[in-house]
Amino acid sequence: MDHHIEPVGICAKAFDAKLNMETITQKNTLKDKVSSEFESSKKSLFGNTLLREQAMESFYKQGIPSRKHEEYKYLNIDLILKGDFSLALNKSLDRKQIEHLEILNDAYLIIIENGIFIEGLSKVQDLPKGLIICSLAKASKDHSSVFEKQYAQNADVNADAFIALNTAMAKDGVFVHVQKNTIIEKPIHIIHVSTAIQNSIINPRNLIVVESNAQVKIIESYETVDSTAKVFNNALTEIVIEESAIVDHYKIQDENNLGYLINTTQIIQKGKSVCTTHTFTLSGSLVRNNLNIVLDDESIESNLNGLYLTNENQIIDNHTLVDHRKPKCNSNELYKGIIDGKSTATFNGKIFVRKDAQKTNAFQSNKNILLSDDGTINTKPQLEIYADDVKCSHGTSTGKLDEDKVFYLRARGLSETSAKKLLMHAFASEVIDAIKIDALRDYVEEKISKRFE
Amino acid sequence: MLSIKNLHASIGGKEILKGINLEVKAGEVHAIMGPNGSGKSTLSAVLAGRPDYEVTEGEVIFNGKNLLELSPEDRAREGVFLAFQYPIEIPGVSNVNFLKTAINEIRAYKGLGPMEAKDFLAMLKEKQKLVELDVKLANRSVNEGFSGGEKKRNEIFQMAMLEPKLAILDETDSGLDIDALRVVANGVNKLKSKENSTIVITHYQRLLDYIIPDVVHILYNGKIVKSGPKELALELEERGYDFIKAEAQL
Repeated sequence: MDHHIEPVGICAKAFDAKLNMETITQKNTLKDKVSSEFESSKKSLFGNTLLREQAMESFYKQGIPSRKHEEYKYLNIDLILKGDFSLALNKSLDRKQIEHLEILNDAYLIIIENGIFIEGLSKVQDLPKGLIICSLAKASKDHSSVFEKQYAQNADVNADAFIALNTAMAKDGVFVHVQKNTIIEKPIHIIHVSTAIQNSIINPRNLIVVESNAQVKIIESYETVDSTAKVFNNALTEIVIEESAIVDHYKIQDENNLGYLINTTQIIQKGKSVCTTHTFTLSGSLVRNNLNIVLDDESIESNLNGLYLTNENQIIDNHTLVDHRKPKCNSNELYKGIIDGKSTATFNGKIFVRKDAQKTNAFQSNKNILLSDDGTINTKPQLEIYADDVKCSHGTSTGKLDEDKVFYLRARGLSETSAKKLLMHAFASEVIDAIKIDALRDYVEEKISKRFE
Repeated sequence: MLSIKNLHASIGGKEILKGINLEVKAGEVHAIMGPNGSGKSTLSAVLAGRPDYEVTEGEVIFNGKNLLELSPEDRAREGVFLAFQYPIEIPGVSNVNFLKTAINEIRAYKGLGPMEAKDFLAMLKEKQKLVELDVKLANRSVNEGFSGGEKKRNEIFQMAMLEPKLAILDETDSGLDIDALRVVANGVNKLKSKENSTIVITHYQRLLDYIIPDVVHILYNGKIVKSGPKELALELEERGYDFIKAEAQL
C-alpha cells in the first residue's frame, strides 16, 4: 500500500459554543412549522407517502445539525435559520428574467423555480429518442417503473438530516432519463432559480437515470433572480449511472449573498462507467456541498473536480465521499480554493476502500491559497482503507500567493494586481481546463476573471 | 543613464552593500565581478526593486528618475530589465500570455494602446529566432520543466521582447554549458545598441570572452574595490580573487 501524506495545513478558528436561547426557540418554531406543513401536505405530494413519513421521522430523530455534529463542525446552521422562514413557494419568473442565465446557446434547458419544474420556461419540447425530461411529480405517474426503482434508493435518509428533510418535503424537481445506448450530444442545463420575496426554505429534488452505454453532460446552476429574502435551499440530486455509461456533471453555484445552499449530490455508478463531477462555487452566503459517490461495481472511473472562491463572510464547505466497494476502480479528486476576506472554506474528503475493493487506485488533492489574514481554511482528508492491495494517496496544502512569483512578474512590468490575477488564474486553471464544454469553460473563466478584479 | 551613489542596502538587518558608486552611460557594457557573498546579487535585486531588501543610504538615478522610489513594475516600464540568476517557474501561466500582458502594461504606462495581435506574433517569431528558443518552449508555461539552459535562454528571450534600456544579467552564465553560453551571449550582443546599456554580473571571466565589457568592476565585501578595462577580468582569472582580498585589506 502506498500511503503518502503531504504536509497538512489546518487552522481552525475557535468558536463560541454558547448556544443562544433565541436560536433554540426559533429552531423549535421552525420544526413545528415543518411538522404542520408536512402533515397538511404529505398526501398531495408526489411519490410514496410512507417513504416521506419515514424520512420525516428520521429528520426529527436527527434534528438540524449543530456545530457539535462532527460532519457540520464548521458550518453554523443556526446562522441560516435565524429569523422567520416560510415553506410557501412563490412563482413569478418570466422568460426575460432568465435569459442571462442561459450559459449555452444550444442546450436542453430546464428551469426550476423555487424547487418547482417550470415546463413553460424550459426548452424540452423536442427531445431526441431515448431522452425523457419531465417533472418528478409527472414521472412518479407516467414513468412509475423507473421512478419507483430508483427514486430515493441511494440517498440514505438516515445518513444526513438534510437528505431526510428533502426526501420528506420535496415538492418537485426534474426527472431526466437517458435510455440504454443513447448518446445525448447537447448538454442538459438545469437552472435552479430562487425568486423568494419572503424568507423561505425550499427542497428541490432531481433524479437522473443514465442507463447502460448511454452518454450525457448535465449542468446544474444555482442562481438568484430578484430575490429580496433569504432562501435556504436544500437541494438534492440523485444520479444513477449504469454499466459503461459516461456522465459529466457540472455544478455552478452563483447565488447572491442571501442564498444559503445545502446541495447534496448522490451518485451511484455501475461497472465500467465513467463519471466526472465539477463543482464550482463562485458566490453565495453559505454553501455546503455533500457529494457522495458509490462505486458499486468493478472497473469504474470517478473524477471529482472542485473550485471554490470565497470572500467577505462567506462560508463554503465541501464534503465529498468516495466509496470504493468493488475491485479495480479508479478515483481521482482535485479540489482547489482561493480564500479571501473573513471567509471560511472547508474541504473534507472521505475515501472508503472496502474489504472487497482490491486493486483500487484512489487519489485526492486539496490545494488552497489564502489571500487574507482573516480567512480560514479547514482541510481534512479522511481515508479508511480495509483492503490491502490498493494505491491511495492524499495531499493538502495551504499557502499564500508565492511572493517570488509575484516579484518575477512585476519585474517584467506587470502591476501587482495583474501579477496576482495571473497567478490566481494559473492556480485555478487546472480545474477550469477540465471543463469539456467550451462555452461553459468560457463562462466560468469570465466569472472567475471578474472575481479577481 | 544609470548613476549609483553611495548605495547601502541590507537584508534582515544585515548590511550587504556598503557604499556602491557606479556610473553607466548609454551604449556601455559594464561587468561586475566578485567572489561569492560579495553582494553581486544583492545589487541586482536592489536595482530591480525586490521587496526584501532595504536601502539604508545613497541614491540611484536612472535617466533622470529616482529609481529607488519606483515600484518594481515601474522600473521595468522605465526600461530596467533583470535577467534572474534563478528564473522562477510559473505553472499555468503561458510564456506568450505573460509577455503579451507585460508588453501591453508597459505600453499603457507610456500612454500607448495595446499591441496589434499580428505585430506581437511577428515580434515573437523574430525574437525567438534571435535567441534560438524552441517554439514549443515559448508556448509552454513560464519556465515550467525547462532545463537550466532553457531558463536562461528564456530570460534573454524576454529581454529581447521587452527591449529594455538597461539590462542587468545576474550570473546568466552560471550552469550554462559552452554552447548555451554562446547562444545567450550572441543574443545579448545582437540586442546591444548605442541607446541601451548592459550590466553583466558574473563570477567567472568566461562570459566576458563573448560579451566584451567596456569596464570591469570588482565587487568585494559590499564595495567596488577596483575598476578597469576588460583586461582586469583576465588578470582576475589568472590571479584569483585572493589578490583582491589582500589588496582590500591593505
